[in-house]
Amino acid sequence: MERSSFATRSVQLAFLAVVAGAWFFATETGSVTPLFLPKPASVYVALERLVKTASFWSAVMVTLTTIAKAFAIAIVAGVLAGYAITRSKLATQVIEPVIAGLFTVPITLFFPMFILFFGIGTGSKVAYGATYAFFPIALNTIAAFSNMEERYLRAARSMGAGQFDTFRHVLLPGALPVLITGMRIGFFICFASVLGGETISSVAGIGRNIALAAELMESARMYAWITFVIATSVTLNLLVYSLENHIRSR
Amino acid sequence: MSDLASPQNSPALAASPGVFARALRKPLWLRVALLAGVVALLEFYGRLYADPAFMSPPSLIVKAFFDKIAPQPKILEALWFCVAQIAAAYALSVVFGILIGLLIGASGFSRSAFLPIILLLYAIPQVSLLPLVILMFGLGPAAKIAFGFSHGIFPIIMNVVAGMRDVKELHLRAARSMGASRMDTIRHVILPHAVPSLFTGLRLGMTLTLLGVILAELYVSTGGIGYFTRVFAESYDPAPLFALTGCLAIIAVIFNELVRIAQNHLTPGKRRPPTLKNSVKE
Repeated sequence: MERSSFATRSVQLAFLAVVAGAWFFATETGSVTPLFLPKPASVYVALERLVKTASFWSAVMVTLTTIAKAFAIAIVAGVLAGYAITRSKLATQVIEPVIAGLFTVPITLFFPMFILFFGIGTGSKVAYGATYAFFPIALNTIAAFSNMEERYLRAARSMGAGQFDTFRHVLLPGALPVLITGMRIGFFICFASVLGGETISSVAGIGRNIALAAELMESARMYAWITFVIATSVTLNLLVYSLENHIRSR
Repeated sequence: MSDLASPQNSPALAASPGVFARALRKPLWLRVALLAGVVALLEFYGRLYADPAFMSPPSLIVKAFFDKIAPQPKILEALWFCVAQIAAAYALSVVFGILIGLLIGASGFSRSAFLPIILLLYAIPQVSLLPLVILMFGLGPAAKIAFGFSHGIFPIIMNVVAGMRDVKELHLRAARSMGASRMDTIRHVILPHAVPSLFTGLRLGMTLTLLGVILAELYVSTGGIGYFTRVFAESYDPAPLFALTGCLAIIAVIFNELVRIAQNHLTPGKRRPPTLKNSVKE
């Protein structure tokens, strides 16, 4: 990030203050209906009430296990497929543009098919999240392993390194930064697509609860859920960035 | 059917290292062969093994397009609406994205003050706001355009800012020493430098605009594309569902290609963003 002086910090704080103030005044004066924008206090009360219910935690657990399953499948499939493809220059040239091209088409299009194949339960969300996260992970695995400098490999071989040693000491450390970037992007795509899948069509989970609150016009509860999702996602972002820096600095 | 799928194994071609063999070693043709092989496999599997309630061979999907999609004016109208919404959302994203990007990127101060705010907003999973957007803008096109716009604008802003930031100090100093004013520097040095990065943002913005519009389309199941996908999926009629999805995929590919063609024609000196072209960054 850029240098953060006192002046830039105060501009950011002023921005937040203006947003919070606008929210407060618009709801206090009643110029916005509470259906679209409830009072900050009532959102806080709703959030407090929400986290005390058992159904809140069961919905969170459903979503988290779905994300975990989808991400695990995407990592295994993406890294294995990506690595296998880079073992041949021709395969890389042939297949990589196909994967990259497919990734520019929103996979959300195919969401109704996931529902058709895997039902409306968590299975379709796992498959959908895994498919979405597969692409960045596979693409970055291909980029990581195919851009390896030939002379490093040759040097390792001429110093007597075997297949496994070359992989362990040359290929893997060289590929790791790009690989990890792929996994980070894959994780957040997985997170967003599982939430999106639950929002569009589901029976349980966080996304379903947001949609349900909207359908019932309980906007305070909906804002409480959204607040929870945003807080979770900001926390996850910070966690993943520090984890990434930690792995890279080793 | 399978001769396209595995051309390398065909003995006749392997024996004659002529024009065909050389053509087959070209990645493009292998790619076409690969895709044709996948289609052939799907046809084979769909005809012989698959449950017709879930899978449909490609030939029946094409037939379903002409039988059940093309003659229905309501579905065609929904598709046209989708195209118009994507175009409107993208136009808004481009105009406001470039404008806001230029404002934020104009000085080091505005960049370090406002870019973190943009990054924070970009990190919010926007799908969690989808029901709210529908609640605010209703079930019609306004909500879909708004949702596509809110997806598409962020990568454009960020790439415009990034492109303006990475101008070499040397070029700036050269412009200044030759008497260029602040406006001249922006017009003749900073903006041309930002173009490749701008197009990276425009392409990413298109991908995300498509995502936003289609998410909103699928969420609203009482009208538009979402209604028809739900009807086909619930009646276990996969062929028209696949055909409709195929139409949307083709629309998405066409929109992506338009941006790519614009990029190839409008980038000065055909400069490209740095290598590693398909590793996904942000």
